[in-house]
Amino acid sequence: MESKRRDFLKITGLAVVGLGVEPTMEAFALGAKPRGASPTWDALEGARWAMVIDAKKCPENCKDCIIACHRVHNVPDIDNSNHEIKWIWRDGYRHVFPEQQNERVPASLKRSPLPLLCNQCDNPPCVRVCPTKATFRRDDGIVMMDYHRCIGCRFCMAACPYGSRSFNYIDPRRGLKETNPDFPTRMKGVVEKCNFCAERLAKGQIPACVEACKEKALIFGDLNDPESAVSKALRDRFAIRRRPELGTQPQVYYIM
Amino acid sequence: MYDSGKIIIGLGVFFCLFTFPFWYNMGKAAPAPDPKIDTPAIEELDTKECVEPKAFMKAEHMQLLNAWRDSVVRDKNRMYAAANGKRHEMSLSNTCMQCHSNKTQFCDQCHNYLGVNPYCWDCHVAPKEKE
Repeated sequence: MESKRRDFLKITGLAVVGLGVEPTMEAFALGAKPRGASPTWDALEGARWAMVIDAKKCPENCKDCIIACHRVHNVPDIDNSNHEIKWIWRDGYRHVFPEQQNERVPASLKRSPLPLLCNQCDNPPCVRVCPTKATFRRDDGIVMMDYHRCIGCRFCMAACPYGSRSFNYIDPRRGLKETNPDFPTRMKGVVEKCNFCAERLAKGQIPACVEACKEKALIFGDLNDPESAVSKALRDRFAIRRRPELGTQPQVYYIM
Repeated sequence: MYDSGKIIIGLGVFFCLFTFPFWYNMGKAAPAPDPKIDTPAIEELDTKECVEPKAFMKAEHMQLLNAWRDSVVRDKNRMYAAANGKRHEMSLSNTCMQCHSNKTQFCDQCHNYLGVNPYCWDCHVAPKEKE
């Protein structure tokens, strides 16, 4: 067989290109998931987690849910309100529902501040603005943060209409008296917020705030399950949500 | 040769300065890292084995930890099936450090020697160690 110099060069070129294929494939394989990764056995598998807060049952001056949450998640207690970090907190009715135009509301509502937390929106504006995808929405509706990825740009804080996010202006470990070793702290320069106790749900436990509430004012469950406590509560009672007109579809409901 | 005196002195000074790092550090080699795996938790194990073989862990633990992180945080998958079929929770604090509770003797030995500074412990809580 006669081979020309031109053909020889063509085949050589193809061979060189072929050599490049294997390392490329390997590079893609590095991004693969760990072999045999799976959820925990006893994870509460739900399709859409939500919370219902029964305002009438929530006692004045009670901080059980806040203390429990902040202890479990190593949320620091910082006196300076400019630096404060909060996953769950309380605020007055007029601040929680500024769009409610009723001039006269029950005295109990004016007196007792309502518990507030991340609304785990179905259409979360924080996720849309995050430039690094550090904040994302899981298929079970939990709006999660990957603190490893957060660059501290605070776009999400500007986007969140509920003030659910806090920025670590100082090292949060300075504000921690004791640390829960099972859950990480955060570092200076990242944003943080409530994660609906994703790490507890994975172990089959309900969120820490719901567990801590003696009055059963906080109800947690799966909205896709018609027999769940939240579905039943919302079927029986009329509930309102914060700023529904914004279209964020918050999944924390308030029974007034 | 013109100015040979100055040139030779200059060359000598240059040679001394150029080789300064070599002779200044002579005999002061940092001791090779010697990570300790003699924690009480490991001593109690019947078969002393990690989630993967030692050689793999030595070379690939950073990739493994990155894959674990992404799997847990982003995919909700928290259980790891090792090559030998055993299952482990994918967690630095709750799996790795339960056995390797000696961070200064285990992690820091090599990391300091190599001058790498992983930011794990900025957030994750290191186990308490006896002084």
